[in-house]
Amino acid sequence: MQKNLKKLTKRSEPYIFLVVLALCLLIEVRSGQFFTANNLVDIASAMVVPGLFAIGTFMVIVSGGIDVSFPALASLTSYATTKILLDAGYTGGIWLPILMSMAMGALLGAFNGVFIGFLGLPAMIVTLGSSSVFKGLMQGALNSVQLTVIPKGMQSFGTSALFVATNPVSGLTSRMPLGFLVFAAVLILSFFIMRYTFFGRGIYAIGGNEVSAHRAGFHTKRTKFLLYVFVGMTASLAGLIRTCMMQQNHPTNMLGMEMNIIAGVVLGGTAITGGAGSLTGCMLGTLLIVIVENSMILIGIPTIWKSVFVGALIIIGTGISAYQVVRANRTGGFKSRIREVKA
Amino acid sequence: MSDILLRASGIHKSFVGVHALKGVSLEIAPGEIHCLAGENGCGKSTLIKIISGVYQPDAGSIEFDGKRLDKITPIDAILLGIQVIYQDFSVFPNLTVMENLALNSELSNKRKVVNWKRMRQIAEEAVAKINFQVDLDALVGTLSVAQKQMVAISRALMFNARLIIMDEPTTALTRKEVQALFKVIMQLKAQGIAILFVSHKLNEVFEISERFTIFRNGELVVTGQTKDLDAAKFSYYMTGRAFSEEQFTATKLGDKPLLEVKNLGLAGAFSDISFSLRSGEILGITGLLDSGRSELALALFGIRQADSGEILIKGKKTAITCPQDAINNGLGLVPEDRLSEGLFLPRSIADNLIIAEVDRLANRFKVFDREKRQEEVDRLMKEFAIASPNANNACQTLSGGNQQRVVLGKWLACGLDILVLNGPTVGVDIGSKHDIHAILQNLAREGMGIIIISDDLPEVIQNCSRVIILKEGKIVQELDAAEATEQAILSKMM
Repeated sequence: MQKNLKKLTKRSEPYIFLVVLALCLLIEVRSGQFFTANNLVDIASAMVVPGLFAIGTFMVIVSGGIDVSFPALASLTSYATTKILLDAGYTGGIWLPILMSMAMGALLGAFNGVFIGFLGLPAMIVTLGSSSVFKGLMQGALNSVQLTVIPKGMQSFGTSALFVATNPVSGLTSRMPLGFLVFAAVLILSFFIMRYTFFGRGIYAIGGNEVSAHRAGFHTKRTKFLLYVFVGMTASLAGLIRTCMMQQNHPTNMLGMEMNIIAGVVLGGTAITGGAGSLTGCMLGTLLIVIVENSMILIGIPTIWKSVFVGALIIIGTGISAYQVVRANRTGGFKSRIREVKA
Repeated sequence: MSDILLRASGIHKSFVGVHALKGVSLEIAPGEIHCLAGENGCGKSTLIKIISGVYQPDAGSIEFDGKRLDKITPIDAILLGIQVIYQDFSVFPNLTVMENLALNSELSNKRKVVNWKRMRQIAEEAVAKINFQVDLDALVGTLSVAQKQMVAISRALMFNARLIIMDEPTTALTRKEVQALFKVIMQLKAQGIAILFVSHKLNEVFEISERFTIFRNGELVVTGQTKDLDAAKFSYYMTGRAFSEEQFTATKLGDKPLLEVKNLGLAGAFSDISFSLRSGEILGITGLLDSGRSELALALFGIRQADSGEILIKGKKTAITCPQDAINNGLGLVPEDRLSEGLFLPRSIADNLIIAEVDRLANRFKVFDREKRQEEVDRLMKEFAIASPNANNACQTLSGGNQQRVVLGKWLACGLDILVLNGPTVGVDIGSKHDIHAILQNLAREGMGIIIISDDLPEVIQNCSRVIILKEGKIVQELDAAEATEQAILSKMM
């Protein structure tokens, strides 16, 4: 028991959990509105899209890569799906839109994956480039404009609720969207992949030492390729759900989300150098960002200051972990580091 | 079962323009400990990669256990029982010991889904084979080098290994750890596993191997029984040159101390260190890995700051709080690990050579002067006989010995008075080692004060006019060249 407790203090998840808890309590004390049913449902609902993005980003960062193209990818696939189905006068259910956008997402993810996995180019450069290509395709080839009407099936998927929470005092209601189920399903699937498949362990191994991973018998190129395909699929799913939840498709308003998502993943203890991190931490980090983005207004901070707070959080959060590394090197960890370097 | 386990004959291999192996042969019997030696670039690594299926030979044949191997892949080699333990051990620092141990065998069984219970079983069996005590849930990154190596060895044993190839396994180990490793090797031998031990350390070759093979420039020089070998023959075979190692005696000793260290201390590393260094002498500092010798080097150069005591340079009290202070006071450090601390590996040789004196290569408008740079680079390349066709090649293309010359050249370019070298010839082959010693002795004769920090006792004895022995962070003894024998130093060091 004691051993387990000691291990727990060495991980970063408990700390980030405490920070999230402290922030929630602060908001509750200031506003009395945080732990109300409708606010909690609102936050859960706000987690769906960033959460889906964060899962993919997490996996990519663990593999030692980075992806900055997912907002552009999600924008392109959701816009193309909505536009094509609208033009075709589609009136069916949600399954076809989901399949269509995920197929496109897989294709665009494969585009990243070929360059990063098979040709071994730096992920940062490739995804910066593909981000621009995806945006260009959407705005140029598809001539994107805001779509204020979306197909029937997507509309009803976006408006139907798992349950509705009501605030007994104010009478405000919040719907728990169906999309939350999708998010939960992808989360469970990813957890299984990362922990219980050799594909997932391969992602960790590649992030730790790619040469060793190859020598150990992992198909490193194929693993990286498939990883970017998977990320393309989850990102396109997130894009489609966002379109459904907003009841319209705004082609550019997801662009620029990548920094906050990456920040959340890193805040959650995922090593930006790859190889280390957990989905739990990743979700907690994303939750922290979501709460800050959604609830600052509850403690009386105007929304225009939101980005300042998110930025400060990122600097402090990542700064603390960087400082801990420096301190570990200065003191006891020094000798072991010297030896490590020699190895 | 034949009495030859591995027979490689007439192996040729060329890479773009380079004939790396020119018809070499190698024979290893089951349960034999065979040492493969040779200088850097002699083709040792290429042969290992051919045996383990990473490369295909251009000509020649490999037989394993009586069967001819054609076009094998690394996985085929592993399934046949050929295991390579690379210098970097190929471990995953971010994963647990358990996962490191079990991954390979699970992957070779083409498993798709992880069963953590089975992984733990595999790992437990693996460490039991060599009686290796370790916390299976610890991250490998937190282990010592020796423990990482044991992880790599345990992992190798899981595949019914018949032949284990160890690529310079002792480079980063302490004496004690080397002894532990040798014990494990003897255990493996007793189980009938053959070991191909790649090393260029003479004493290890004598201690562990029964037979040896030496390569030079891609050719087989000699193969035979280790008992017929002696030190002079060994270096001759390795380099093709006969050396007469010269004992250094200080000829031009300065009368005032160049560097004085008084009661220097650093919590957790060393305390109460006092010594002085005069120009023209070479002072040796030796001790075990945990004696504080490396920390002392870092403190002299200002990378770590001593928390008590003082440093006097040329009689003047000097505060050295950062490397820039040390350089301004004429003190340079050749670090322990030149690859990560001393060189910019991907940058050119020329850039590395001039980096410490880059300020002096500016013209009067403070703009970098290309002509001056070229002159300086040409001069240094010549002076240090750096073997490269082009100074614009990346530093990582050089051999260990040449890299070390670049580090030396970099410091000497800025006209230092004091040079501290930490492990100046670690991982350097015999020929280059000899040349580096000659350079250092020459520098001392020209009036520089040199400190060699090393646990290579023959090196210390041969080059230093005085030797200080550190133990657990304190000076235990200072010896003159005359009294400094290997036995005398060892008895104080341990």
